[in-house]
Amino acid sequence: MSETFLRLTNPGSAALADLPVLSFSEFSSQALRVIRERGGRVSAFFAVPQGAQFRLILVLALDQEGKLLLSATDTGSEYPSLTPDCPQFHWFERELFEQHGIRPQGHPWLKPIRFNQSQNIPGVTDYFTMSGDAVHEVAVGPVHAGVIEPGHFRFQCLGEDVFSLEISLGYQHRGIEKRLIGGPDKKSIHLLETAAGDSSCSYAGAYCQIIEQLSPGCRVSDRNQALRVVAWELERIANHTGDLGALAGDVAFRPTMAYCGRLRGDFLNMTAALCGNRFGRGLIVPGGFGYEVDQTLCNKLLPWIEKTAYELNNAADLLFNAPTVLDRFENTGTVSAETAREIGLVGVAARASGLQQDVRFCHPYGFYNQLPFPLASNNSGDVLGRAQVKMGELIFSMITVAHLLEDLPLRGKTPTKYRLSGNRIAVSLVEAWRGELCHVALTDASGKFSSYKVVDPSFHNWFGLAMALRGEQISHFPVCNKSFNLSYCGHDL
Amino acid sequence: MWSVIKARLKQGFRTGTFPHTRPVLPDRFQGLPCLDNTRCRTDCRVCIEACPTNAIGREKDGIVLDSGKCLFCGKCVPLCPEGVIRFSREHDLAAFSRQELLRKDSSASHELQPRAEIRKLCGKSLKIRQVSAGGCGACELDFNVLNTLAWDMARLHIQVVASPRHADCLLVTGPVSKNMLLALQKTYAAVPEPCFVIACGACAISGGIHAESPEVCGGLEGILPVDLYVPGCPPHPATLLEAMIRFMGLKLR
Repeated sequence: MSETFLRLTNPGSAALADLPVLSFSEFSSQALRVIRERGGRVSAFFAVPQGAQFRLILVLALDQEGKLLLSATDTGSEYPSLTPDCPQFHWFERELFEQHGIRPQGHPWLKPIRFNQSQNIPGVTDYFTMSGDAVHEVAVGPVHAGVIEPGHFRFQCLGEDVFSLEISLGYQHRGIEKRLIGGPDKKSIHLLETAAGDSSCSYAGAYCQIIEQLSPGCRVSDRNQALRVVAWELERIANHTGDLGALAGDVAFRPTMAYCGRLRGDFLNMTAALCGNRFGRGLIVPGGFGYEVDQTLCNKLLPWIEKTAYELNNAADLLFNAPTVLDRFENTGTVSAETAREIGLVGVAARASGLQQDVRFCHPYGFYNQLPFPLASNNSGDVLGRAQVKMGELIFSMITVAHLLEDLPLRGKTPTKYRLSGNRIAVSLVEAWRGELCHVALTDASGKFSSYKVVDPSFHNWFGLAMALRGEQISHFPVCNKSFNLSYCGHDL
Repeated sequence: MWSVIKARLKQGFRTGTFPHTRPVLPDRFQGLPCLDNTRCRTDCRVCIEACPTNAIGREKDGIVLDSGKCLFCGKCVPLCPEGVIRFSREHDLAAFSRQELLRKDSSASHELQPRAEIRKLCGKSLKIRQVSAGGCGACELDFNVLNTLAWDMARLHIQVVASPRHADCLLVTGPVSKNMLLALQKTYAAVPEPCFVIACGACAISGGIHAESPEVCGGLEGILPVDLYVPGCPPHPATLLEAMIRFMGLKLR
């Protein structure tokens, strides 16, 4: 059978007229076949209102081929759910139902994910329940004991064991996607930088790639592309370092917790040395890089990175060689490769379950095209696996940053003016430190955003955390949660 | 065991000297906004139009910059033809009232005068419950940083507590999303009276970049009485720690 898809590479754009609009049966059968037979992964699935109807747009990522396949179909207020055939659609279809009232008929567990419609009270919904002896329910949140964002967790326990965990989010919803429509304007990049504050550089990067794809003649110089990689990798290093420390803290291994807490700050301060802000706000701008990086700054950063890398290795060695730690990490919160593939996990969690999936590797963008790139992966799928993947990435990221700063490509121009062309669709994937971040933008005839879709890596992975907890003890929740360390605000937007 | 001791020697003692000395800030740090309104041209609106959060407004004798709305992005600085706006390297930005956050000149920020009732109620310690109400995570992370050994706020008797029942004050981040409003109010009600409230970051003070979103309440104004405003997006850890110490009336340097 022939395939009707719009084929793009990352990042890419095309005229909206080139996006094939299929009948629903053709749309679903082709999509499901690509997912089953060619390892396709749902990167984005969303609706664009068209009068009384809706256009459903699907972005599939083919990781082995390095291609993105797009197709669309028109629907009214209901269509047959794709989730029973492909669980990857589970969360996306719940989002469609909540945002637009489109009912995917036959969806196994259709309920709100963000509770942003006025009739909904956040967290008040049907949960799985059990009854019988030794059965009890534990409800946690939205306000937690630590300094973290709000979310509600509902555990169904059988004695000590967790039978099921349901995660109910939406408390952080700020309506970012809606406010991007009609842009780009002076607020757009700031809205995205604060969509998930720990991933500001990734969000700004994905957004800038969208702008650059939609603006004819907008090319980013090699130097600026290289500096973007420095920003992205510093963000990854800081967060992974923090995660290793927090994992140590959750199993009461104080030395690594203490050292990594401080070392994370060092990496944030390196980002601050570039732009003044510890989270890299304003570092990546459309068309280039927001700040000048001269030789003096490189010379200051290089020995700093080397020293911090040495100390980090020392702190991590302690962690990975402590029997008490390994005992808690090993075989805890395991997600099998099959489950990971089925529910469409991305990023660190996917790689720890043995999936060869990393946007930098599979769909290289910007300067990653010119970098030799190993893929850190692990087959265990447990907390230890995720910690080891983070450690593997840390090492490579630190080498990359040092290598780039040692030998930055020569100066390039930063274009300041850009003009978006009309009636186009653009897709931009970035490997944020948690995993794949997908932005999709559609422009109207005048070149303004008519729709802007953001899919945070956490959107794919929250369900993975729920799966990891099945059969575990409730006391393992903190360490499982930290090994995923997902974003609440990135999910809620 | 030996490796842990060896590592301890290698890592060394790393707690910073702040607040007893001035903090080490990045060279490109954007601190307290300073204005020179004598140079401001009344016919120009460049900075007002460029500000993503409408933090800059015009008054009779020049412009006013609301540091409670400011993201400290610095976009206005190169745009001003007269060089009216400048971000200094001063990290001490906090204030007790919303009014004090309005910047019209380049005076130092208001020295927070210790409030007798706080000292009387809390003594030398402050127990904090944090609530993220739509925050992006950055304020939360930089507050968490104060717990690491680099800042170690516990040595200054400031501690995060797990339950609002044990808290002296709430530290709120985020623009107060509608979905968090009830949880925030319930947490506030659960803190024994009197409950002090710290608004941390532009979002909590004014809604920040999300102020106009229909999904948020636009900050704490009209929701909880705020006792301490800490501007920034997010506030630098030194800004926040200094604010809390001054709020408690402890001696600094």
